[in-house]
Amino acid sequence: MPTIENTTEEVLTLAADHFKVPRAQLHAGDDFFKTLGINSLQALDLLTRLEHHFHIELPDYELQGVSDFRTLAERIQSRL
Amino acid sequence: MNRFEAKTLSWQVSDGTIELLLHRAPCNEIGSATLADLEQFAAALESLQKDAHALIISSDRKEGFCAGADLRELFRESQPLPQTERLRKLRGFLERVHRVMNALDSAPLTTIAAVHGVTFGGGFELALTCDLIVADKMARFCFPELRLGLIPGFGGIPRLKRDLGNAVVRDLLLTGRSINATKAQSVGLVSQVTSEGDALRVARSTAAQLQKFDRATAVAAKRFIKPIPHDDLRREIDIFCDLFTRPAVDAALRKFVESSDALPYLP
Repeated sequence: MPTIENTTEEVLTLAADHFKVPRAQLHAGDDFFKTLGINSLQALDLLTRLEHHFHIELPDYELQGVSDFRTLAERIQSRL
Repeated sequence: MNRFEAKTLSWQVSDGTIELLLHRAPCNEIGSATLADLEQFAAALESLQKDAHALIISSDRKEGFCAGADLRELFRESQPLPQTERLRKLRGFLERVHRVMNALDSAPLTTIAAVHGVTFGGGFELALTCDLIVADKMARFCFPELRLGLIPGFGGIPRLKRDLGNAVVRDLLLTGRSINATKAQSVGLVSQVTSEGDALRVARSTAAQLQKFDRATAVAAKRFIKPIPHDDLRREIDIFCDLFTRPAVDAALRKFVESSDALPYLP
């Protein structure tokens, strides 16, 4: 089982790769809507990529009110 | 006619396959313009199907297959009307949508929805009229209507009930959650999952395979295993119209329409 630090790192790397943002610019506490400059539809796209990457199912209502990478990683961790 | 270009969609016939391409920005929302074009397509199907054995429905919008009903238009056009007129207009719109969906559902062709990205609400319902759904791995399916105080109104529940187990239908409908293509395949909704950007190619390859079969047999098989759930479809319109008069729906539609997000799909 990966640690929460590992999971957070994987989330940040995947987001940086997909949205073409330098990995060094992303931090666990960042608001991903603002840092990545994405709308809710692109957030759904990110959710789908994360589900495939981690082989999990993450209902979108679990992301209600979640906007930072660390909390997102915690939600994923709870499904691993 | 081998090719036709309408305002919100286009179609063409090649090698016995009709390809219907949705191309209305931002994500093929179904309002009066798309409905009129779909009606024109449904009328043209009578003659198109003489030279075809398959129909593929897809989208060229990057965001996805179809985001569902045009809620902005629905809100804008229903707001100024007195309730009785609002309901009369809504029922008329839903009945027109159902006629088109039923025509697609029962077309004497093997029909394939090639979907990617957002396949929500009315877009999901459009895909459900097809015999097969081929999904890009990034496709996402959702019935978000309960978030608005409504149920799906374009035939979604009766068609989902026809195709899937009741527990899955309840999960999708009552939670309003979205599911990805892999999950959709695991519950029996999606026939094939493809890599990113490959759904249309796989749909074409499937259509080419179908051409090898006797068409009359394929049509007979389809009629035998895919009845149109007319009674439930009529009930769906009644329930939708009953729910639509409630103030909670008005408030939810207003919140959606006035959202500052360009595409406010998340709950």
